[in-house]
Amino acid sequence: MNAELKRRSTKSFAVLLLFIIIFIGTWTWLKRQPGVDETPKPFRQVLELNGAIWQALFNPTRLVHSPPPPEKKIPRVNGTLGLSENINPENWRLEVTGDDEDDNSPHLSLTLRDLQALPRTDSNTQLRCVEGWSENMSFAGVKFSDFVQAYKLKTMPYVGLETEDGNYYVSVDIESMMHPQTLLAYEMNGAPLLPRNGAPLRLVIPTKYGIKNLKQISRIFLSATRPPDFWAERGYDWFAGL
Amino acid sequence: MKIVEKHALWLRLVHWFNVPLTLLMIWSGVLIYWANGVYPGFFPKAFYRTLDLQQKLAEGMAMHSLIAWLLIVNGIIYLCLLAASGHWREIFPNRKTPAQVVPTLLADLGLIEMPNTGDKFNAMQRLAYTGAIGLGVVAVLSGFAIYKPVQLEWLTDCFAGYEGARLTHFICMLGLSGFIAVHLVQVVRAGWNNFRAMVAGFEVEDER
Repeated sequence: MNAELKRRSTKSFAVLLLFIIIFIGTWTWLKRQPGVDETPKPFRQVLELNGAIWQALFNPTRLVHSPPPPEKKIPRVNGTLGLSENINPENWRLEVTGDDEDDNSPHLSLTLRDLQALPRTDSNTQLRCVEGWSENMSFAGVKFSDFVQAYKLKTMPYVGLETEDGNYYVSVDIESMMHPQTLLAYEMNGAPLLPRNGAPLRLVIPTKYGIKNLKQISRIFLSATRPPDFWAERGYDWFAGL
Repeated sequence: MKIVEKHALWLRLVHWFNVPLTLLMIWSGVLIYWANGVYPGFFPKAFYRTLDLQQKLAEGMAMHSLIAWLLIVNGIIYLCLLAASGHWREIFPNRKTPAQVVPTLLADLGLIEMPNTGDKFNAMQRLAYTGAIGLGVVAVLSGFAIYKPVQLEWLTDCFAGYEGARLTHFICMLGLSGFIAVHLVQVVRAGWNNFRAMVAGFEVEDER
């Protein structure tokens, strides 16, 4: 009896010890893997896998339902990355490239008036930050899908957007860009955009975290390959879909 | 002296996989919570500083979304085997449970003798284990409600919206942390024979 007790006990605790060693070893190994965009490779692969799953499951008919923002609410400004104080809406141009890998693809240089002449969409929406907070907002602008249609751009798998100084840049899958609530917005909460909120033109994409909602867009291009993305390069999930 | 089988091998395996995964899940969850610490009193600055939990939102999200799948798989295996093995009869509250709650609680606090019902787990254990399973399930559901509030809006609505889902998720974490704390205290109090059973599967009983 005592011998059996001892044998089973020893065996089980040896297994537990082995389990602990394997677990700590695996975790340490995982964390020490070379980084891909500031994330150890296995973690990055899981982020990409999660992104692929939710991209495959993406249903463009699902909308963000949100009440209008409270009146006179001052919108939260969470970052000024890529923002320039000296943008003059009169001189500002939106540079659009139909295919960034094809020199013969259509190239547009648009004024704010050009964009305001396109069909206008008003939208109550919710901006959700990757940090965890969210805010009800209203925006007016042109749907990206209307914009693509108006200028007869050929859709490509990815869209890249950049600020004028190039310090902030995002890339988004085309399905999310063509979502009916994705706007190139020039008004916010019933008034023209302020510079710190992204004037003259900003992306509003409520199916993504706020990190994709680029302010002060200067350049938009479509691409067959995934363009660089500022926050994905800094450890965040590239898809960032909600 | 007699060897009595107590915990099945599958139960021990699932339990010991669950331990590090749950701890890492709570840990990475705090890394995420740090970025928008909206609930008053959670957590003091010194807590974040001491444990080096600051400025790690991206790391927390990457960890959280990896460990979540492992925990879900482990949880599903557990629930299937719980149903298939009949072990649920030993840990879900039964008809005797309500009447036994107060005596068991008083006994746990050392005020009276533990009533002997002949059951493997007493009323408080049944409530605690079943409650922990429930918290785990709700934590997963509210987690998905926060993760995909647009694609899974119906789920987010079940928690009265995004903020409700976040609060629910946080409360589940506190509940599970509380369970773990009480569980550890009780394990220490119950002694070696009981702890060994969770590792080796058997308990030793004195023969009379």
